[in-house]
Order: sequence, then C-alpha cells, then structure tokens
Amino acid sequence: MPIRTGAQIIWECLAHEGVQTVFGYPGGAILPAYDAMLEYPIHHVLVRHEQGATHMADGYARAGGGVGVAIATSGPGATNMVTGIATAMMDSSPIVCITGQVPSKMIGYDAFQEIDISGITLPITKHNYLVIQAEEIMPAIKEAFYLAKAGRPGPVLVDITKDAQQASIEWEWDPRPVRVRGGQSHAPAIRPDLAQAEALIRGCTRPVILAGQGVIQSGATRELVAFAERIGSPIALTLLGLGGVPSGHHLNLGMMGMHGEAWVNRAIQEADLLLAFGMRFDDRVTGNLKTYAPNAKKIHIDIDSSEINKNVRVDAGIVGDLRETLKNLLDLVKPADHAAWTTYVDSLKGEVAVRDIQALPDNGHLYAAHVINDIWRITEGKAVVVTDVGQHQMWEAQYYHHDAPRSLITSGGLGTMGFALPAAIGAKVARPDAEVWVVVGDGGFQMTQAELSTAAQEGIKINIAIINNGYLGMVRQWQEFFYDRRYAATPLRSPDFVKIAEAHGLAGFRVEQRSQVREVVQRARATDGTVIVDFRVEQEDSVYPMVPAGSDLHAMIRRPEATVLAETGADKG
Amino acid sequence: MHHTLIALVEDKPGVLNRVASLFRRRNFNIESLTVGRTSEPGTSRMTIVVDSDQAGAQRIGAYLAKLVDVLQVEELRAGLAVVRDLALVKVTVAGHERATLLRVVDETRAHIVDTGDQSMTLEITGEPIRVDAVIARLKPLGIVEMVRTGRVAMHRGDTALSATQYS
Repeated sequence: MPIRTGAQIIWECLAHEGVQTVFGYPGGAILPAYDAMLEYPIHHVLVRHEQGATHMADGYARAGGGVGVAIATSGPGATNMVTGIATAMMDSSPIVCITGQVPSKMIGYDAFQEIDISGITLPITKHNYLVIQAEEIMPAIKEAFYLAKAGRPGPVLVDITKDAQQASIEWEWDPRPVRVRGGQSHAPAIRPDLAQAEALIRGCTRPVILAGQGVIQSGATRELVAFAERIGSPIALTLLGLGGVPSGHHLNLGMMGMHGEAWVNRAIQEADLLLAFGMRFDDRVTGNLKTYAPNAKKIHIDIDSSEINKNVRVDAGIVGDLRETLKNLLDLVKPADHAAWTTYVDSLKGEVAVRDIQALPDNGHLYAAHVINDIWRITEGKAVVVTDVGQHQMWEAQYYHHDAPRSLITSGGLGTMGFALPAAIGAKVARPDAEVWVVVGDGGFQMTQAELSTAAQEGIKINIAIINNGYLGMVRQWQEFFYDRRYAATPLRSPDFVKIAEAHGLAGFRVEQRSQVREVVQRARATDGTVIVDFRVEQEDSVYPMVPAGSDLHAMIRRPEATVLAETGADKG
Repeated sequence: MHHTLIALVEDKPGVLNRVASLFRRRNFNIESLTVGRTSEPGTSRMTIVVDSDQAGAQRIGAYLAKLVDVLQVEELRAGLAVVRDLALVKVTVAGHERATLLRVVDETRAHIVDTGDQSMTLEITGEPIRVDAVIARLKPLGIVEMVRTGRVAMHRGDTALSATQYS
C-alpha cells in the first residue's frame, strides 16, 4: 500500500466524497492539512471569519443539495464555527466541519489554541469525532459524510490532531459503503400507520396540508402536488418549505405562522384534518399550542421519529422519507374534492387586494415590500434568494413568490443574523449559473460584511439588496408593539454602503425612490461582479400580519385599519 | 413518575458524556444512571431512571435513539422487569449492643461485608423499595457513610435485549 500522511488522507477522502470546493481559514493546528491541499484539485475559498465558512458550507448544501465542507484551525478557529454549526443543526443542513486540534500529547494541558470543540459542539452536531491517529481519519470522514446526509440531515464535525495529520501510514481508499450500527440506522421507532392515515383522510372535510423543508430535502414536490390534488387539500408552507410547491399552484395558500397570511392561519385553525409533511410544529408556526387547530385530527410524516408527538400530539405518526411515504399513501387514498372548503378558504383571501402593492399609487415613499416585489418581477421569480433574519426576511417570504425548491435559503430555526451574505456565496459556488440575490437588513449585513472581500477575491457575482431602514427593524417592531415604542439599542447608524462596495472594487448603488427600483435592479444584474444596492426604505414600517409570540394563531395583529401599506410608517415628523 | 430506560451503547470513550449531555440539554433530570459491559464485546448497557411524565419519557427515549453511539433503546415497564439496586452502608458500632446490631442485620437480610473498630459495612441488594426500607431501619443505628449503585434492570421471562442483530 502507498504511504500517505494524515493530511493527505484528509484530501484523498474529500476528493473521494466528490468535494470540489471547501470554505476555510488556515491556522497552526490545521497547517499540515493546508500544506497537503496544494497537491489536490480541490478549490479552497478563503473566508474572512470561520463563521462565514460554516454559513457558506450551509448555503452550498441548501442550494445544491450536496454536503458543504468548512475547515478551520483549533481554538478560536473552531469556536468561531459554532454559530454556523448551530444554524445548520436547527435547519437540518448537511455540512461537514473539519478542524485542526493541538497534538494529542498536549490535549488536556490547556495548550496554545487548545479548545474542546467536540465537547462544545456536542449538542449542535448530529455527531462529532476527535481523531488522534492517522488511521482513524478515513473512517471518521466517511462516516461524517454519511451521517450528514443520512435520515434527517445535519452538521458533523471532525476534529483532527496535528500529529494525526503529520503521521505517515500505509493507506488506501476503502470503497465499501459506511455502516453505522446506531443512531436509529435500523427499525423506526414508530410503525408506519398508513391505514390509520388513510382512514383520517377519507373522513375529513376540511383538510390542510402543512408542508415544511422535508418536501425540499426529500425531493417530494411532485408527489406532494399530486397528493394534494388527489385529496383536494390546500397546502400551507412553513418558511423553510417555501419553494416546495409552486407559488402559483391553485392549492398553495402560502406561508403559515407568525407572519403568515391571515387566511392561511385561519384555514389551519378551522381545519378538521392537518397533514404535517416534513415539518416540526415550530412555535413560530403554531402559536399557542393549547388553542392550535382545536378541531383538527393530525397526521404527521417526518423522517425523524423524535419529532412525532414532540410539540403536537398526533393521531397518526409515520416515520420515513416523505417522498417514499407519499408515493405509498397516494396509492391508498381515494380522490376527493372538498370544493366547499377550498371555496371558503379562497374567500378568506379577499384581503389579497391589500397585498397588491403594485396597484398602490407611488406616494414618494420607498417600502421594502415594493423593493422585494420588484426584484421578484424583474427576476421572474427565478433567482435564488438568500435572506438574513428580521423584517426583510418576512417581507421576502411574503413578496417574493418562490416556484422552485432550493430557491429560498434562509436561517429559520436559529434565526442567525449575518447568515445571508456568506450563505449566498456558498449558494453561488454550488450553482454558478443561478442568479443569486441577497436580501439583508442593514444590521445583519454588518455582522458578516467582511465576507464581501471573500466574494471579491473569488470573483463571485451576487446581488446584494440591503433593506436599509436605519433600525434593527424586527426588534424595533417588537418594541413598538410590546414595549411602548421604547427603542432601546435599535437605532442603527451604518457606513455608506456604496462606498463600502467601491472600497472592495465592487459596484454600489443607492435607491431612495420607488421609481428608481426597477432600473437599478436591472443595472445591478447587468453589472459584472458582486453589487450592493442600498435601498433606503421607510424606517418604521412593520411586518403584518403578526401573531405575537405564544398567542393564539387566529389572534393576529393586523395592519391598522385606517391605513393602507403606502401610508404606514410615514409618521416621522 | 419514574421511567426506566435501557440503552445499549457503543463501548467507546465519550458515550456517557453524550448521553448525560442529552438529558441536560433537553431539560430532563436523571434519577440514576448505571453503565457497564455486556456479554457482547464492544457493547455497553445503560440503565437510566428519569423522572418525567409518560410523554416526556417517550420523547427522551426518541432523542436517545438518535445518538449515533446508541444502538437500542427500550423503556422497561414496571412489573415486567427485574429491578435491582445495591447499597453499601457503613453503620457505627459504638453505643450499640452487638446482639442488637446482628439482629437488625439478620432481619433485614443485609450482608456484613467489612468490619472495623468503630463501624460495620453492610451490603443490601434488592428491589429499590426494599433497599429503601432497610436503610430506614439502619438509620437509627447511625449511618456513617452510604453509597447506592442506582437501578439495574432487565426484562422478566425470555425477552432479551441484544445488540448483535445490529453488528
């Protein structure tokens, strides 16, 4: 057998796993691996902060459907990854993080840049490894790639000591598939209860399908649409489920939950059967559990058995891959047409006129909703949009209508500000032919703004729409609603983003009037390289409707009656 | 309400930490946890007693089963399992008639496993409730030191848990 160093084995394994790009940052304990990297045809994207590497790996995975890879050194390099790993964990995104560790003989002595990263990441990874011998590198990396994708996807970390990277051993690639004994790799804990589900579906008159990210991850769009059409059920989507069903499909109601449309939440509350597919009844989706869909029976299909009966007790729980399960279920259910119910639900959309913002006259004010809706129209709904966290994220979900899976990438579960820019870089690397838009607030953008240099160095073309309202907007909104407008620490002074772009050798534009939006968006698209557009929007606009945290899902704060969109927020004297 | 979970786990460093960390992270309180080898090489067995309602016990069992190092999880139902606890109790000898001490030992079916000038060490094995009762009897004599293993448990009858089917 040929002789290889542990460092070489790392890259051999990554190459065998099909990795073409890694996102990372070098340092002492990972130096042997970086030295060996030069011998392998794997592209390395130098990030500006290791958090960026993990978000890029995450964005890469979500956009492309593969496994993203991030690399960092020990100590601070590894701890900087924590937020990105937790983000991937909460949103079930498959990434593999490789970190260097101090030499094995120094572990436990508080050596320079020693940190127990496997201990730290225990609760935020699916699994992790501390590798102290070169022989263990291949099994660990192979298992990491397997586990990242197996069942419910998620992050896996492999921490490799410097001496394991430096050691030379006889080595060759083991092509046998990975076998893991535990972690529920066998018999699901809950028996698939297809017959029970079929009976519930047969008996219902007011069904609503609740579709989550599981639709996208299992590639079940076609099966879901066929199933919904067969049983005549409208579909409500979670934030991470957007794109899982074409926005224009007649059964697609749109987003549910805290900032979901009123008719969606009302339909859920009045349903007699909820069919939860690849979603987890997050508190942002259910509101008060005690009053949640009080008259509905519930069917839950999820690949993770621990999600069944976790937040909501269900009448039929099915553990399995959504696409496969829907195929099986489709053969069992009889066609139905709940015309009275769907007509009623459609009638709830009467207020859609309020949402037709394009029809509103231009009163000289610039609203985030206009900006996002215009980007949607100009990109014909075909862009990959990567959003950050906050008001702009909800407006994007409301006003950019997604038709394809993996066309919206956003931090849902953890709600990580600073996610958008690095995740978008990863998304663009995964799908170089896609038009990628970042929709980000002025607050979140500044959290990971340093990755602009990464985009510039890589020559990556993404379009960054900064929804700049001079506030940490969503927190300001909560202060407005629940804290008597006491704006503690939410006013935000930002640098000149156009100059920031120019300082990076990139183009920057500023938009202050609605009439400028379309032209500048077109210019941004036509410009080579990453572009920043600084949209100076209304400062005190709010996201409506809103279900306050923990409130009944049907108890929504509505846009104040006396005003329409184009008048709200215009109260700055 | 006590629930007894059995987990067959990989016999590897750090597994106990992963299991204990999971209970902490999910806000469950471990009443007792014992771990030891099984007859199958590479497989350890944990008996975990958790204070929770039934839904909670199901939930933590499902989380436990997701750990990569956990091979199998089962909840033992009361009455259908043999449950044992072992206590070592050091009681003071001073101030008691030797005959009184020996009578208590005899009546409680405790075993004398060590004696010193000032004390005597007793071993009590049995259902946890019996161990509790014996300790209550010994308390008036003066307990100097005590240790309990926590529960270990196994299905009654021919039902057996084994990891070999997964290897």
